Amino acid sequence: MWEYTDKVQEHFMNPRNVGDVEKADGIGEVGSLACGDALKLSLKVENNVITDARFKTFGCASAIASSSALTEMVKGMTVDEAEKITNEDIADYLGGLPKEKMHCSVMGREALEAAIANYRGVILPMAEGEIVCECFGVTDLEIIRAIRESELRSVEEITNFTKAGGGCGKCEDRLRDILQQTVAGLTVEPKVVKKEKRMTTLQKIKKIEEVLEREIKPTLKKDGGDIELVDVDGDFVTVSLRGACSGCQSSQTTLKVYVEKKLREFVSDSLIVEEGR
Amino acid sequence: MECGSDNVIYMDNNATTRVAPEVVDAMMPFLTDCYGNPSSMHTFGGQVGRAVDEARESIAALIGAEPDEIVFTSCGTESDSTAILSGLQTFPEKRHVVTTRVEHPAVKNLCENLDNLTGHKHRTTRLHVESDGTLDLDEYRESLTEDTAIVSVMWANNETGVIFPVEKMAAMAKEQGLLFHTDAVQAVGKIPINLKESDIDFLSISGHKLHAPKGIGVLYVRKGTPFIPFLHGGHQEHGRRGGTENVASIVGLGRACKLAAETMAEENSMVRYLRDKLEAGLLERTPRSMLNGHKTQRLPNTANISFEFVEGEAILLHMNRFNICASSGSACTSGSLEPSHVLRAMGVPFTAAHGSIRFSLSIYNTEEEVNFVLDKMPSIIANLRAMSPFWNEKEH
Repeated sequence: MWEYTDKVQEHFMNPRNVGDVEKADGIGEVGSLACGDALKLSLKVENNVITDARFKTFGCASAIASSSALTEMVKGMTVDEAEKITNEDIADYLGGLPKEKMHCSVMGREALEAAIANYRGVILPMAEGEIVCECFGVTDLEIIRAIRESELRSVEEITNFTKAGGGCGKCEDRLRDILQQTVAGLTVEPKVVKKEKRMTTLQKIKKIEEVLEREIKPTLKKDGGDIELVDVDGDFVTVSLRGACSGCQSSQTTLKVYVEKKLREFVSDSLIVEEGR
Repeated sequence: MECGSDNVIYMDNNATTRVAPEVVDAMMPFLTDCYGNPSSMHTFGGQVGRAVDEARESIAALIGAEPDEIVFTSCGTESDSTAILSGLQTFPEKRHVVTTRVEHPAVKNLCENLDNLTGHKHRTTRLHVESDGTLDLDEYRESLTEDTAIVSVMWANNETGVIFPVEKMAAMAKEQGLLFHTDAVQAVGKIPINLKESDIDFLSISGHKLHAPKGIGVLYVRKGTPFIPFLHGGHQEHGRRGGTENVASIVGLGRACKLAAETMAEENSMVRYLRDKLEAGLLERTPRSMLNGHKTQRLPNTANISFEFVEGEAILLHMNRFNICASSGSACTSGSLEPSHVLRAMGVPFTAAHGSIRFSLSIYNTEEEVNFVLDKMPSIIANLRAMSPFWNEKEH
């Protein structure tokens, strides 16, 4: 059981400003169902002052309380003032959050930034970085910013604040590198050679499906066979051979020599194809 | 510190159970006057040894085993580790383990760390489950190889209550000369088990899942099955597990097993009736809700229900306000950032996995409590959905 402050509990049980602002001047949407929390913040702005703020949140108690607190904080502020709100401010307003839940306050700040950018008609730079955590789609720029702003000193803290590393954990070494370089004040070296961009798991699944449809299925169908994507777990792609392919003597060869080769060519050269059922 | 169970509606019995009052009574003498060491030569210790033997008999009787096939451990996790590592040491040249994708962390995390623990490279087959949480025996048959040392498959899943055909699976393993372990902590006491009629080599029990205290477990080791201890030390448990016996808890577990034998029929009629009523009522009263797990091939006390577009921790905290205790497979409640591995293995969509709630009942629940929960849940879900950016009343 989490130790929530009275203020967190109070904002969770009686959240303020739930809903959508009508004819909003700025809308910020962050998170997703897959990630386990999401926040939609809408703002009404008159003469550069935020006159109304409303939210809709999918998530745990601290996500709902952070959203509620955020709307209370920004109402009456000028856009320039609101822009300066940090995730620490949101957490402080609530009397603190459990350290594992700090990412909820980060989500609040991100939604606010997105809503302000939307109001101003500009695009946020954060999404431009290189994706480090594929499970939660967190970029290096977001991680570096969190390290600097919240003075993070361990990989665990990075996970608590940004979720990065909280899924499969494969990016831990990379997080440690980024942490060391950021703390040492070095600029994290940009990749010189533009390597193939790292994908989130969702992006990977989509791309694999595309290649299966476009490149692989037509060929298999000529021989009366078919293939279906079952699961993608990191680099492991599980597929199921159907029709004439199932039980075919040469199906293993088809998988390794043909399907895996195609997927490596078009999606990522580290993929390993396995047969499920 | 203050702690009480007044007014609590406890529907989290797969997490832990109330220690039965009869069990507490049976234990008390061994926490007070009868403090002798069962290994001692004097009568004062010897009488304690007899109490341990009696408990061993009651436990054996519940699962159709012989008393000397019962080895006391500290918990279910120790039993699981002992069995699997013993199996691997029995066949040091074999490097393959078969298990499932939905095991409890006690088995799952052990199997993921075998290379580090043994210093050898191992291959682990993690059997898939269907969308209703059941296994495919053809896949299982094909997974067994000459290199396989041991199979470990839970008897019933803790999150969904789905029951696996472990007796049949043990027989298939036996045909090929393989060892078979089952983590039965959720099954023992809830469904009839007769090990005499089976080919199961190892079976794990955890006391606190069947109204005995926490900190006591059992590993059943079939007579004739090769066994290598996990904890070396004194000659306790005939050298199969070192360490002075947790006498009071052992006596408590013995009493709990007797009690379970007496209430098994009630578990499968009254508890099942309450569970079915709760489940049907929730599914009927809440739109976009669904049952996770096979409808019938399931423990009588467990219902795992997903409420789409809302998050589990938020649901639990609202339930908590009414003193209703349950669990969730959501990411936030697990302390990790990803939802339950069991629901993901079943292919439950993220929209539903984050909003899953597990209700697990016991003989101490009443129909009044079920009615109360049925009364409160729909509005808890509706209020949270009204706040969810993914919920659109008109569309759903």
